[in-house]
Amino acid sequence: MSDAATALAPVFAPWNDPAAEPIIQFKNVTKRYGDFTAIDNQTIDIYPQEFFALLGPSGCGKTTMMRMLGGFETVTEGTITIDGQDMSAVPPNKRAVNMMFQSYALFPHLSVAENIAFGLKRDKMPKDQVEARVEEMLSLVQLNKFAARKPHQISGGQRQRVALARSLAKAPKLLLLDEPLGALDKKLRQDTQFELMDIQEQTGTTFVIVTHDQEEAMTVASRIAVMDHGKIIQVDTPAKIYEEPGSVYVADFIGDVNLIEGNVTKSGDDHATISWASGQQDLIGIAHDEIPTGTRATLAVRPEKVNISTERPEGMTNVIHGKVHDIAYLGNMSTYVIETPSGQLIKAQAANTRRIARRAITWEQEVWLSFTDTAGVVLTS
Amino acid sequence: MRKLSWFNTLSLTLGFAFLYIPMLILIIYSFNAGKLVTVWSGFSFKWYGELMQNEAFLQAAWVTLKVAVMSSTIATVLGTMAAYVMVRAGRFRGRTLFSGMIYAPLVMPEVITGLSLLLLFIAIGLDRGVLTIVLAHTTFSMCYVSVVVSSRLVTFDHSLEEAALDLGCTGFEAFRLVTLPIIMPAVLSGWLLAFTLSLDDLVIASFTSGPSSTTLPIKIFSAVRLGVTPEINALSTILIGLVTIGVITASLSSKRAIAKKQQDEKGAN
Repeated sequence: MSDAATALAPVFAPWNDPAAEPIIQFKNVTKRYGDFTAIDNQTIDIYPQEFFALLGPSGCGKTTMMRMLGGFETVTEGTITIDGQDMSAVPPNKRAVNMMFQSYALFPHLSVAENIAFGLKRDKMPKDQVEARVEEMLSLVQLNKFAARKPHQISGGQRQRVALARSLAKAPKLLLLDEPLGALDKKLRQDTQFELMDIQEQTGTTFVIVTHDQEEAMTVASRIAVMDHGKIIQVDTPAKIYEEPGSVYVADFIGDVNLIEGNVTKSGDDHATISWASGQQDLIGIAHDEIPTGTRATLAVRPEKVNISTERPEGMTNVIHGKVHDIAYLGNMSTYVIETPSGQLIKAQAANTRRIARRAITWEQEVWLSFTDTAGVVLTS
Repeated sequence: MRKLSWFNTLSLTLGFAFLYIPMLILIIYSFNAGKLVTVWSGFSFKWYGELMQNEAFLQAAWVTLKVAVMSSTIATVLGTMAAYVMVRAGRFRGRTLFSGMIYAPLVMPEVITGLSLLLLFIAIGLDRGVLTIVLAHTTFSMCYVSVVVSSRLVTFDHSLEEAALDLGCTGFEAFRLVTLPIIMPAVLSGWLLAFTLSLDDLVIASFTSGPSSTTLPIKIFSAVRLGVTPEINALSTILIGLVTIGVITASLSSKRAIAKKQQDEKGAN
């Protein structure tokens, strides 16, 4: 990327820059175990300094993708290149790639400092340089005080940081993280997510993370690849994945969503209209491609984009009429579940800006839901 | 502490009496002053002194020790290698057959093992002596080592080795620097098991020993056929003492290691 281009593009998005060179390329990669196809003919580019997340349910092939990058699994068909070099004949110990294991895989017989120094010693790095680098890594993860402890003498969160320091010590071009925060409790996990992002920015290393936790992927990643059954369903930025999912699967997998099925009555000009229940007005959502009239389609709209009111709102494109079926009070906000006359349940979220006693909406009340014509997307798959 | 009921006390007493009365009698009579093994005629260390003068016994003890150290060391190397391949190599052709065959000597009658080895040594023209006993003991104790080590390897976290490879180790370095240090306690107890098995083996050693290489069990067995002397009681008492010290030390040190680990883990959280 030229300096001019960098100056013009303050947002980090090398995948939109045709001049950017990917660091990792999967080219028509297939992986089979006997009859079972774990990865089915996938092609994908990952760019330097990306924080790339492979997201999917267990068994979707995300771990296999990562293990092929690390060199622990061979590729059945196709090629993987790292920095333009074909990796098929390169064993794990000869790759400029390091991995942080889900179980951390810290060597129990070595101290924290010795664990971090392990990879450096294998490279025959001079002793004083090893010490300096270990010290540097310990500072990065704020564990200087624990250098002499054994892995079983520190807490789970500290172990996670040692594993991270050890895998970063050799300054790899690419760091693979296999469910790195899976073993931590929720509060610690959230703090650690921000720490991971800071460290990734400081070191400028390309990170590829495998996770089944969509919140984690949304928080840390520059781009997310949503996977299912050995295939990448969609690769996009977290915002795009959330706001404009390409399929019902992705919409449903990431976050909470209302799925309203209907028939397309009008399409074009980046929008599509669906008719979905008698007595209810048609709904409009985003559709970048034109959809033939009469096609069965699904409007996906996030609950927080749906407004709830006790009177029919004026001037809104999409309005749904129904009765309050359930209210879930979450403290900072409430989720209202509305039942339409046709029996469909639709969720709406509203921030609790007033105290609970002053709230206007209650069970079994007649309400109107409304949202704009860009709040939802019309999906055909 | 709970008080035992009369039934529990009785069963405990009977069980322990059954186990230890024979040895107790042997130990008591090793301190007998007289020559007769069954008639008590006063306390004395006389027979321990006699034992130290007995060249043949000392010679046999030395041979036994040499054989035990050598055979258990070789068996540990081979047994660990076999266990590693069986647990780690995954499913290769004939794996079930191989793993079955490794454990077969465990249930093979010793007489048959001894006889087949004897026939082999005669067939290849190997003179019987220390070397043949070492080979024979290695053969039968290797499978015990393999059992002990593979039971440890089964619970060994495979990602530790992958992490070593990932950090730049070759396959052998990963084994030497990561796997071996971690499974070392199992390897050592395998060695100890092989060592004890070799120490007290009579059957296989009598098939494979030569005139110049009598082991202690063979020596004791043949001496007893000419009549039990208090000297043998003394020798046996020494052996019992050594084994007891060994067992107590081993169990105490492992108990301490576990206690230390628990302490550390408590400190960590």
